[in-house]
Order: sequence, then C-alpha cells, then structure tokens
Amino acid sequence: MYPIVRREQLADKIYLMDVKAPRVAQYCEPGQFVIVKIDEVGERIPLTICDYNRAEGTITIVFQVVGASTQRMVDLQVGDAFQDFVGPLGCASDLISEDIEELKKKKILFVAGGVGTAPVYPQVKWLHEHGVDCDVIMGSRSKDLLILEDEMRAVCKNLYVTTDDGSYGFKGTGTAQLQALWDEGARYDHCVAIGPMIMMKFVCKLTKELGIPTIVSMNPIMVDGTGMCGACRLVVGDQVKFACVDGPEFDGHLVDFDQAMRRQAQYKTEEGRAMLALEEGDTHHGGCGHCE
Amino acid sequence: MDVLKRVPVREQDAVVRSANFEEVCLGYNEEEAMAEAARCLGCKNAQCMKGCPVSIDIPGFIGQVKEGNFEEAYQIISKSSALPAVCGRVCPQETQCEGKCIRGIKGEPVAIGKLERFVADWAREHGIKPAKAEKMNGHKVAVIGSGPAGLTCAGDLAKMGYDVTIFEALHEAGGVLIYGIPEFRLPKQKVVAAEVENVKSLGVKIETNVVIGKSVTIDELMEEEGFEAVFIGSGAGLPKFMGIPGEQAMGVFSANEFLTRNNLMKAFLEGYDTPIKAGKKVIVVGGGNVAMDAARTAKRLGAEVHIVYRRSEEELPARVEEVHHAKEEGVIFDLLQNPVELLVDDAGCVKGAKIIKMELGEPDASGRRRPVEVPGSEYEIEADVVIMSLGTSPNPLISSTTKGLDVNKWKCIVADEANGATSKEGVYAGGDAVTGAATVILAMGAGKAAAKGIDEYLSNK
Repeated sequence: MYPIVRREQLADKIYLMDVKAPRVAQYCEPGQFVIVKIDEVGERIPLTICDYNRAEGTITIVFQVVGASTQRMVDLQVGDAFQDFVGPLGCASDLISEDIEELKKKKILFVAGGVGTAPVYPQVKWLHEHGVDCDVIMGSRSKDLLILEDEMRAVCKNLYVTTDDGSYGFKGTGTAQLQALWDEGARYDHCVAIGPMIMMKFVCKLTKELGIPTIVSMNPIMVDGTGMCGACRLVVGDQVKFACVDGPEFDGHLVDFDQAMRRQAQYKTEEGRAMLALEEGDTHHGGCGHCE
Repeated sequence: MDVLKRVPVREQDAVVRSANFEEVCLGYNEEEAMAEAARCLGCKNAQCMKGCPVSIDIPGFIGQVKEGNFEEAYQIISKSSALPAVCGRVCPQETQCEGKCIRGIKGEPVAIGKLERFVADWAREHGIKPAKAEKMNGHKVAVIGSGPAGLTCAGDLAKMGYDVTIFEALHEAGGVLIYGIPEFRLPKQKVVAAEVENVKSLGVKIETNVVIGKSVTIDELMEEEGFEAVFIGSGAGLPKFMGIPGEQAMGVFSANEFLTRNNLMKAFLEGYDTPIKAGKKVIVVGGGNVAMDAARTAKRLGAEVHIVYRRSEEELPARVEEVHHAKEEGVIFDLLQNPVELLVDDAGCVKGAKIIKMELGEPDASGRRRPVEVPGSEYEIEADVVIMSLGTSPNPLISSTTKGLDVNKWKCIVADEANGATSKEGVYAGGDAVTGAATVILAMGAGKAAAKGIDEYLSNK
C-alpha cells in the first residue's frame, strides 16, 4: 500500500497529493510519470510526476477530476492509501541529460496549460536548481483554476500568467501570449509545451512558424504503461510510437495531434456514462447527448 | 471400455459457455482419472517425457493416479513443475507429451494434460503444498517477472534453498497467466492465484509494482541490494501492428490491450472501473492462441466475431483444441484472407475492413506455403472493433538499462539455451524475452534450465 501523506485542493476539481512510494522517489526524474490504482476495482491511471522528495520517499501528483475514477480519488484523505503506485515510467525529459553550460546559453520557454502546469513545474525547478533560467507562460480558463502560481514564480525567471476570460493576467491563450511576447521582441531557442492536446497543438503550430524547436508531453490512454498493451500508440513523424516507453515527451512539430485527440476520446462515452451514473445514479436515463 | 479411446472429459455446453466466462473444460473426477490412467502402458523408455520441456516423470505420476495415490502423484509432478494446474490447462500436449505417447500409434494418446490438471486440482482442493527446502543457503537471487518463466525459476531455486525475490511490474503476480489467458481457459483466483501462493509457500517473496529498468536497474539490484544473480523473465513486449491505413482509428486494439482490459483489469465484471469496447461485429486478425483468446472473449462480450487469417486452417498456429472450442462457440473463420485497409468513419471510428483473398503458393523459409494475394479479390466487411493479434516485439526497458547485456538483431536478449546464461556475469534470462512470443511451457522450461544454471554458477563462485 502507498499512503497519502498530504492532500490539498488546488482549484475546482484539481487536487494535489503527496504519496509515499520510496522506490519511485529514489529514481524518478522530471518528465516521467506514475500509474496509480485506488483499489481492487480501480483503473490504472497514468499521472505525470509533479514533484518528488528522495529523502522523504514521496512523490507529488496533481490530478483533475475528469471521470469516475478520478472522482473516486477525490474521496481519498491523508492516511488513506493507494493499493498500487508504480513508476517512474517513461523517459526523463531530454533537458536533464544535456550539458548544463549549453543549457545556460539557451533561452528556454515553458508553456503550461491547465493541469499541465503540474508536470512543467519539476522541469523548471530542476533547471533552477542547476542554475539555468527559463521563462514560463502558464494559462488556465480563469483565475480560480490557476494552480502552483507561487511555486512556479519561485523557480522561473519571468512568469506570464494568462486566463481565457481575462479574470487574471493576460487575457487569452498561452499561444496568444507567446505571439505577443514575440512581437515585443522576445526570442527563444527551445520550448516545452504541456497541457491539453488542443493547446499543445496550437503552441506547436505557432512555434513551428517561429522556428522554435518544441517538446510536448503526451498523455494518451494507457493500460499497463510498461510497453505491453499498445493503447498509448501515436503517430510521430511517419512512425508509430508508444508514449509509455518511447515518451511521454516527443517533438511537438512531428506529433499528429488530430489523430491523438480522436484516440483520447476512445472511451469517452463509457467514461462519461460511468461519471453520469456516479453523479446522477438511477435518475439518468440517456437522451442528454452525452451517452449513446 | 475401448482401450484405444480416452475417457471423455466433461465440458460446459458450447452455447451456454459462449455467453459466460466460466471455465470451458470441467476436468476429470477421481473415477474418470483412474480409468484414464489405467490406459497408460507405463513404458520403460518413456517417449512422453522426451516431449516435455520440464521432463515431468509422466509414467511415474500416472502410475500413482491409477492406484488412487493422488498426493504421491502430485509430489512427483511438483518435483519438475511449479505450475501443474496451469500446464494441465494450457500446454500444447498434442505436440509434446501426448504427441509422443505410444498409445497414440494405434488409438488416442493418454490424456496426460487432463490427468496433470486433475492431480493439481485435487492437491489444491485437499490443501497439499509442494515440499519446501530443508535449509536455506543464504544466497540472494532476483527474478524479474512473475510469469511462467519467472515463477518456475523462482520455485526451483527456492526448493534448492535460495532466498528469492520476484519483481513484478504489474499490480498482480502471474504475468501472461493473469493479463493474457482468459478466465474461461485458466481461472484466475482458483488456479493462477493458488499456484502463485504455492510458489510463495516455498519461501519466494514477490514485490509487485516494480518496473526493472525504471524503478530500479539490474546493476543496482546486484551492486546495492545484494542480489548475487538475476533471472530475467520479463516476457514479450510491444504489440505489432500491420502498418495498413486506418490502424490508428478508434476501435482498433492490440490483442494485448483487449485481453489486458478484460483479464487483468476485469472489465467483464460488474463493478470494475476499467472500460472495454465490446463491439457488435468484431474482426480479429491473426491465427495464434492469443487470437483465439481475443475472439472467444469478444464473443462472450456479445459480438459476432470473425477471425481473419492469411493462411489456411492447416497452418493456424493456435492449438487444435482452441480452434475447435472457438468454432463450437460460434466464432467465424475467414481463412486465406488478409486486411489491406481499415475503413474509418467521419468521427474517426473504425467501421470495417477491406479484405483481400489469398491463396497458398510455394513454401517459404518456415516451410509453410507462402500466402499470396489473389488480384482483384478485395471485398469490404463491416466491423466496429478490430483486434490485431500479430505477435509482439521485445520490450527495450531492461536491455537498454543494463550494462553489458547483449541482444540479437530482433532485440531479444541473447541467452544460452542450456543454462540461460547471458553475456553479463550472474545474469540469466529465459522465456519470451529471449525467444519472442512462445508458449507457457517453453518459458517454464527456460526458467527451469536457468535455475540450474544459476545454482551451478553460485555453487562454484
């Protein structure tokens, strides 16, 4: 069992947990992910690592309620435990194996969207700890959905906050903020974009035009997460790749986002139905357009 | 009784079972087992044993069954096999032990597999455990993967007195026995969990949720955690796809994914969170045992199921019994056919396949007649789920993170067949990680050979 030692609600439907998992904490690196399973009947849920503490043997995860399983995770409190917690999975971010002096010469930008701020944080923190400055654009739909703002501000050079509704910071998307910065004369050598697929798609469209190499972190459907089931396959360039063992980070200019978005909707109907059953119980009888 | 014919084994009715996940074969009872055992000639130069990858003393245990000494029969089997209840159910006996049975020359061979299953089930129901090592020797060995190769290797080493820990990446021990082979062929709680418990009762520890190469590497296990030898039985790996248009559409799955959702994650049971797309009309591409498992699972989930295989029935790599059961249950075989494209609707969901007919040409390198396309024979078939069952290619997690471990051009780990030794001192390997996808019993044979290899290595160190 893997006990929860800290639990916080960061925003509406977004939660943070520290989980005791010494083997994972000992070897994990920024960019990697874990798979959690609540109990016997639970799904295996992949989550990108948000932070880790090797001395305490803990891993920080951040998750957003999107379906029945993540809804069940909300009910877990400090002192409760996950039945299963496996990792670190996937490859570490390429940044951490690059030469530090070379990195210091580069202008690096992170673009984080929504709950994607969580996996961006450990990379920025890692760079900060190694003396590398970087800028961060972090966006959300509105002010009350922003997460980890203070934490991020503490480890990056310039933080640009955006909200879709203009309730805080720049009004507009992260992509629009990047365009605005570019128009003001800002230049970047390297970009990392992590967030909803649609956001990564548009960031990549712009950075391709601007000629900024861009890495994205994909979060497709997975089952085992160790290279067995092939559920997480996606097309990168002309090749089929498995996000769990080849990724989760890929060259954003080569990812087929439209296809990836469709594949992610694979179980939407089933998951949506399970969610509605949980929320509405016997009162839900279809006809809403969300279920077949 | 006709001595040339075997005692028939009871099975669930085909129509009834095609809608449930209960075990198909019901097995022998004591009387039936003793009657079947009486057909064994007890050959001095037992050919059957030569066909068994783990060399079970087959005439020995059958002789005990004949006399009604079932516990003695169990102890004879468990000297050679850690998983008799599994092997009795899933081994391809017809090409191994039973294929060599002298009774089989004039009549039907002795039902060795069914007898093995009976003995193992009887022992479990009567609480009989395999005999434990008398004393431990203090040497620590790590086993990677808790599938058939790993469990066998661990069990054999534990019986010799080694302190063995199995590391399993998934949340449940058993490997392919848990995630791959379905409930109706191999009951999970009753049989697999019980066999895993038997291995644990020998003193083997199992740590789940540890991905070797990620959570910890082999080098770290040996240098920091005090393991003197390591056996790699990590299994097959990434599913293969055909590379035809439409394969990334929604509703297209690898057999591994479809079976893992159903078997490991228990999607077929009410109350489990993991979803599965059951489909109304399902195409399974491939002709191996895994294809049969996927097809029969889809059938039980309520679909019309077609197996599409590019060669003829004679070349089907699946066991005869599995093909027979699949047909009985109403799975439709579209043989000498091959998909050339999957058809996708506007929403990105698979809606069918374009299939071309094949005919058999000249024999290829494998000795089987090569299937060649019949020009102009394409036709379209509807389907809302397509399951690709084309085999696997090796998982890079371990080979890419272990210093000095050689792989061949297919990325399989190179290991000596006789003792499992790899290019790295103290590291042994066997099963699908070495051979590519094969059978449970061949993996067990490799696990057994490696246990012997590890014992020789550590005894002479």
